[in-house]
Amino acid sequence: MSENLRRVVKDGLWDQNVVLSQMLALCPAMAVTTSGTNGLGMGLATTAVLVAANMLVAMIRHTVSSQVRIPVFVVLIATLVTVVDMAMNAWLHDLYKVLGLFIALIVCNCAILGRAEAFAVKSSVLAAVVDGLAMGLGFTGALTAIGLIRELLGAGTLFAQASNLLGPSFAFLEMQIPDYGGALLMILPPGGFAVLGFLLAGKRTLERRLQARADKAAGRAVGVTA
Amino acid sequence: MNFSSFREKVVYQPLLLGAFALLASGALAWMSKATGDAIVAAEAADLRTSLGEVLPAGFADNDLLGDTLTIERDGWPVTIYRARQHGKVRGAVFKVAERGYAADIQLLMALDADGTTLGVRVVKHAETPGLGDKIEATKSPWIEDFAGKSLRKPLPEQWAVRKDGGAFDQFAGATITPRAVVKAVKGGLAFFSEHRQEILGEE
Repeated sequence: MSENLRRVVKDGLWDQNVVLSQMLALCPAMAVTTSGTNGLGMGLATTAVLVAANMLVAMIRHTVSSQVRIPVFVVLIATLVTVVDMAMNAWLHDLYKVLGLFIALIVCNCAILGRAEAFAVKSSVLAAVVDGLAMGLGFTGALTAIGLIRELLGAGTLFAQASNLLGPSFAFLEMQIPDYGGALLMILPPGGFAVLGFLLAGKRTLERRLQARADKAAGRAVGVTA
Repeated sequence: MNFSSFREKVVYQPLLLGAFALLASGALAWMSKATGDAIVAAEAADLRTSLGEVLPAGFADNDLLGDTLTIERDGWPVTIYRARQHGKVRGAVFKVAERGYAADIQLLMALDADGTTLGVRVVKHAETPGLGDKIEATKSPWIEDFAGKSLRKPLPEQWAVRKDGGAFDQFAGATITPRAVVKAVKGGLAFFSEHRQEILGEE
């Protein structure tokens, strides 16, 4: 079982990364990653919803029939997001003022329905929660990376306004390249697609290299076809 | 008949869907009731903070939330908070709204008795993070531009973003958002000049 969970974690963080491998949730990924801070905020909020959605779906998996599972999951996820939105607005108002913009966008994140459908509905509650956490953190990592690259090239800053999101003690994260005019294109949508393309290419190249090295180490024939 | 075969029956599907819809509605209704008061209180606290931001320090010596006036504008009531010094109305603060890119952008604007803007702040908006949210004072100083502006300065036809031949900057990647804000502030100034005497309490 622990071997399985390790597999689940590795899939979520890297092998089946929501953005970089499954290419899901590209709409929120492109829309909010204009800075590292935005990417991080969106990623964390999504992770919370993903864990809760996976857990609930795994809990009701024996009750729900396959014929109507999709509408049931959609209702469940939409309700969950709205409840989180209202609760944060009421009781974590300062955080809500920063993250509030992202919460509503989570409803249309297909990765959440995707995980419910592809994993949680067939898994134990524990495995579903671990999967939600790993997938969510993988998503967060990808969004933060895209955001940081776009922010650095586009505006010459890193983690601008991170203290708004994480509190004043994280102000040290905020960095700026002096006298850099910025390349506006990177902040605009084309920049998002360009960065995503390079990251995808980079990930595939890295994986192919690692695979080739592993093959060599295992003494198998090195026959990587291009 | 056991559960797993009943689960495949046609009659089970609407029952299940109905049950979940009912549960979801119940959860939302309960949550809305549980959070309603706290959300109203939090928004009132925000309003008090925003009032302090749009008015220069020491501009008023009264509690603005307790000195209000309601005037109808296009069929909607607008609450006007009056700023007094020694009992005399020196200025007014009220909300204006304009449709932005995603939803209505709500602004709070403060004017002095002559109809010159003292300050403008965004109270609520749903613009795209990273693009349209530069209208927030914490993300960009853009909104400070409105201080000191009136319908005479710049001239009414100059009340537009630069792209439309006006006097206000738009920002990268977003034109609709600043356009809406400029329009809202201009509308607020016109609204004030229409109702100036009523707001100032003059004959």
